[in-house]
Amino acid sequence: MIIPCPFCGPRDLSEFAYCGDADNLAARPDPAASDQSSWNAFVYDRTNPAGDHAEIWQHAGGCRRHLRIVRNTVTHAISDVTMPGAKA
Amino acid sequence: MAEPFVSTPVITDAAESPLAGHYEQGEFGNLDRGARVTLTERFALAICDVCAWPGSETKAANAIKRASGASVTKTKDAIAEDAQAFQHAPGRWSVVAQNPALPEALAKAVGENGTVVDLSHGRTVLRIDGRQSRRALSKLFPIDFRSDAFPLEKGLATRHHEIFAQIQRVGEDAFDIIVFRSYARAFWHALRKASEEVGYAVA
Repeated sequence: MIIPCPFCGPRDLSEFAYCGDADNLAARPDPAASDQSSWNAFVYDRTNPAGDHAEIWQHAGGCRRHLRIVRNTVTHAISDVTMPGAKA
Repeated sequence: MAEPFVSTPVITDAAESPLAGHYEQGEFGNLDRGARVTLTERFALAICDVCAWPGSETKAANAIKRASGASVTKTKDAIAEDAQAFQHAPGRWSVVAQNPALPEALAKAVGENGTVVDLSHGRTVLRIDGRQSRRALSKLFPIDFRSDAFPLEKGLATRHHEIFAQIQRVGEDAFDIIVFRSYARAFWHALRKASEEVGYAVA
């Protein structure tokens, strides 16, 4: 799989680290909370779509920036890549 | 402003290369058609990382130009006679120069527009040159080394498995590879192994 990094250009998957579901970030329970059911839901309950999925990747072996990527889980086609926090 | 930290320049007479004992000059590998790449360690250089604060990228690039002579811009990497610089991440440049006073000059020039970290003691610069250099490098890095995809002066960050590397094209077929000093010996052996097929000379 090739990921088109907005800064580095198209790069091999081996340079990237997966950092999780991009749309699930807001659902994270308070880190100080110890409510097991809400943490269980956050960690394990996934929609697991067969299709487009928004996710965070880090270009750990390149520019080290975090990217928000929309990847099709069936075809691995990447339809959108943005660099959160980067100025337009 | 706090005094910037600048480490002692590399003392060429006293410093020891991380490749000491493993840097054997000569020609090796498949020499049927001669040594088609040359490997060199570029020792005792000043190496710095410059990081611009958001919005100060142009000022930082100008500062690098003033301090090192390598005329980088926000979008262009550069090589000067005795210095080279490239942007390896947004607003972050690697600057390599022969002048041991580079870290101090950069710290002064960049001032409040960013940070300068002196990496002279922490990085090793290796050069591969020769018509088959792309063939050898392609075995190590998932990077497109063709001339049009990797133009002269361009630099980038990548990795060979877990060894981070920064690569800059410094000539028609010449590439400088910057690796962590502590991994330099391991990477040197990998580079030699990758070059065996095309025959290599250690200069």
